[in-house]
Amino acid sequence: MIAEHVAFGIIAAVMVASALRVVTTRDIVHAALYLVIVLAGVAALFLLVGAEFTGITQVLIYIGAVIVLFLFGIMLTRSDFDQDEEADHRHKLPAVLTALLLLAVMIGALVDRFADVKLDANLPGGRAPQTTAQVSDELFSQYIVPFEAVSVLLLAALIGAIVIARREEGG
Amino acid sequence: MLLNEMLLLGAVLFCIGVYGVLARRNGVLVLMSIELILNAVNINLIAFGAFHDTVTGQIFALFVITVAAAEVGIGLAIVLLLYRNRRSIDLDQVDLMKG
Amino acid sequence: MLNTIIAAEPSGTAVAASGWFLENAWLIWLFPAVSFLVILLFGKRFPRGGSEVGIAAVGTSFVFGLLTAIQWISEVEGAGGEGAGGEYTLGASGLAAEGEASGGVSALTRSITWLTNGAEAIGAGIMIDGLAVMMIFVVTLVSLLVHVYSTDYVAGDRRYTHFFAFLSLFTASMLFFVTASTTLQMLVGWELVGVCSFALIGHWWEQKPNSDAALKAFFTNRVGDMGLIIGVSILFFGAGTFDVIGVNEAAINGSMSHTVTLAAALCLTAAVMSKSGQFFLHTWLPDAMAGPTPVSALIHAATMVVAGVFMVARLYGVFFEGFTIGGASVNLLALIGGLTTLVGATLAFVQNDIKRVLAYSTVSQLGYMVLALGVGAWTAALFHLFTHAFFKACLFLGSGSVSHAVHSFDMKKNMGGLRKAMPHTYRTFMIAAVALAGLPIFSGFWSKDEILVGTGGWGLLGGTGANGAYTAMLAMGMVTAALTGAYMTRVVYLTFFGEYRGHGTPHESGPRITVPLWILAGLATVAGFINFPAGFQLVPASWEEKFFHWVEPVGTSYFPAVKHATPSWSLAIVSVVVALIGIGAAYRYYFVRVGAVSPAATERPDGLTAKSSLARLGHRILVNKYYLDWLYTTVIVGFVKGPLARAAYWTNQNIIDRVVNEAGTRSVQAGNIVYHKVDQLVVDGIVNATGKISDSSGEELRRIQTGKVQQYAAIMFIAATILAGIFIIVI
Repeated sequence: MIAEHVAFGIIAAVMVASALRVVTTRDIVHAALYLVIVLAGVAALFLLVGAEFTGITQVLIYIGAVIVLFLFGIMLTRSDFDQDEEADHRHKLPAVLTALLLLAVMIGALVDRFADVKLDANLPGGRAPQTTAQVSDELFSQYIVPFEAVSVLLLAALIGAIVIARREEGG
Repeated sequence: MLLNEMLLLGAVLFCIGVYGVLARRNGVLVLMSIELILNAVNINLIAFGAFHDTVTGQIFALFVITVAAAEVGIGLAIVLLLYRNRRSIDLDQVDLMKG
Repeated sequence: MLNTIIAAEPSGTAVAASGWFLENAWLIWLFPAVSFLVILLFGKRFPRGGSEVGIAAVGTSFVFGLLTAIQWISEVEGAGGEGAGGEYTLGASGLAAEGEASGGVSALTRSITWLTNGAEAIGAGIMIDGLAVMMIFVVTLVSLLVHVYSTDYVAGDRRYTHFFAFLSLFTASMLFFVTASTTLQMLVGWELVGVCSFALIGHWWEQKPNSDAALKAFFTNRVGDMGLIIGVSILFFGAGTFDVIGVNEAAINGSMSHTVTLAAALCLTAAVMSKSGQFFLHTWLPDAMAGPTPVSALIHAATMVVAGVFMVARLYGVFFEGFTIGGASVNLLALIGGLTTLVGATLAFVQNDIKRVLAYSTVSQLGYMVLALGVGAWTAALFHLFTHAFFKACLFLGSGSVSHAVHSFDMKKNMGGLRKAMPHTYRTFMIAAVALAGLPIFSGFWSKDEILVGTGGWGLLGGTGANGAYTAMLAMGMVTAALTGAYMTRVVYLTFFGEYRGHGTPHESGPRITVPLWILAGLATVAGFINFPAGFQLVPASWEEKFFHWVEPVGTSYFPAVKHATPSWSLAIVSVVVALIGIGAAYRYYFVRVGAVSPAATERPDGLTAKSSLARLGHRILVNKYYLDWLYTTVIVGFVKGPLARAAYWTNQNIIDRVVNEAGTRSVQAGNIVYHKVDQLVVDGIVNATGKISDSSGEELRRIQTGKVQQYAAIMFIAATILAGIFIIVI
């Protein structure tokens, strides 16, 4: 139990620090690399609470695919990899205020409702990890229709991205 | 581990993401911030799934990951198009919606 | 939820219907839905651009619909409706809804669990009864004819395939709507038909008026859609179910309080007003004539616009109890219907565009139906819906045929004397016009008369045993009957008589246009025969009131205790005389006096409007459509836009900007900063803002529309946060 707490604390601290760097660094490539750390942290958290399949998917899809996409996007839209002086707005205050206000409301709500609810108290004898078999059973029985819908969505997004980004013929 | 800790971490990440969406001028950086927001949501889903001892949380997180992948694809395509047309991905210059 | 399912089972002696076609009625909307996808994806590959797919699908649906209707009718007849007919015609006990008075047949319902939310299972399925069967028949038949007609009418159009795809989608949505077993499904169907209507009105969107008309239709309907969403929600919280039968039962047996029922009925009435073009939200319907004529015939005359009427009929328990229709002398529904029917009929007079005349006529006839529902004449309303679908679709398609020949819709400039050039169009148009005017034998006569009987006004003219003494509604209906005859005479004269005023030589349209016209004209003639009034001894008693037998769910637990008025000869005669007076007056003016001026004339130079200033004023009001559009765009929108925009501008200048600027620069200072802040921010801010507001005149709304996406995002996030905060504090 203690080990879990310590692990969570370390991961969370690293994630928050990296996330802050993602939204503050002036170097866009660094931002992408910090994002990798955050995403890896999320994956680690998933593994920590026993969501093994989602954790692995997180690594595969996010770090494997999405980040690569981002790096491609960065390369295609920038010729120089210098510090970007124009990464941020000059007035950051509204953004800071909005985020803080949101944070206050959310923390208020969480403390109000979940202050003394223990994640493991619910499950006597510790949590049984939710195995990949369980996930697939659910996914392909109860959630088969949303699953198919998401497949179609991905296909549509694929085609859409090609159509949007394609160079006009002869233009 | 406390459920509360996971949820708080999610809230903090969410707000950092919101800050990024609002404060960044670069289109790619805004998309990265949106990823932060989506991951914050996923943390909540997984935490509640574990809390209630059901895999539904995981399944929804998987859906979110899929949708996020689609969103990044489309988003980057739009950014690319923007760059091609304007030689810039500064969102401040995107004001065609001005009434 | 559980008790709803039990309640949905037939109670009393009502028999539950069964049969293969009834149970599988969902197939009827599945065919056009599949056809929509096929046409959309592969339509252009087909030799005829996808139209054959649409016709095949709708044709199959029509056959299925017909078989469903036959099966339903045999169920009803088999359930021993014999003998009971006379009894509930007289409305002897008036308590037929108790379930013991007659052997009514309950609707067949089949549903699956659509989604589960906590303990609440929300179902989706079909509810097949006489009403649904009748609507399926009307929708599939008119849709099929319109499909065939369209292959000629929109031939060569650049979006031919797209047009047929949307016709299919519309047909599927409408069928889905009429077979829905839950209010939630009805909501889905309702929105879907609205989207199709929007897409088809704007079919030729390259021209600005067309896309404007589409937007107007869409936005006007959004007003009513809000009413529907709120109404459905109220019913859900009142009755604890989305189930149509459950909702009706809760309203009838009083488990839903009268206040709740009334509130729901009011909200739903708003939806009826927008969708079915009721006064004062009817203004979109004439503009919707910008769409292709087959669309006007199918969507804006025969089917979609009656969705509101259908919804009232479907949830009649709610309306009947909510508005206390039984025994009152006036209620909102009847009043709106009465006003609409008058407004539509008067406005139809001053239009020169033939389709607009027909559009206002549709408004007027829809008013009739709503009036009928408002006075408790349920069967009469649905019967009028049935007959109106045929003759009005025939009129619209006829006007399309005419415009196909003369390339215009303007009666005064480009028509006249088409009687000889287009004999088929002329004859079918005449038949449908006479049916609309309500002359005996033709279908409109039977249905219109039944509505007038249902008002129960003046016992002298009959209508004994009606739900209340709706004398005002009877008067409105009578006046409209005269007006209808008159404006149809005007249309017929301007279009088919006199001398041709257009260019070129008009020719009759091809068979793909005339055959549907003749089919519809035939139905416009005979459709009235399926509901001979009882007690007139014109026909054997077993032929009387068939429509009523087949359609009205008397004796089921979900239908209120509606009383049925007894028809009378005197009322029938008076209404015919009134219609003849209208026709005669218009005939005298157009055929005799205008015709005497010159064959090409469209009005007399020394007519009434030239002589009397009062008549001129009336004419001007009518031409300006009672100034309703002006009221909406100038007065209401202007009123909302100004103050709202000023408030938003003030917030922008004084809250957002100032928080940014002032807080940024001054938060580093200490000491007297509070004084400065209060002074600078609040007092000065208000002073400055007042000045700025009075400075800025028009287009204030643009100031918050900076076009900057992230500013929108910030506003959205802040608003959501504040709402979430309020939610947390309140809960």
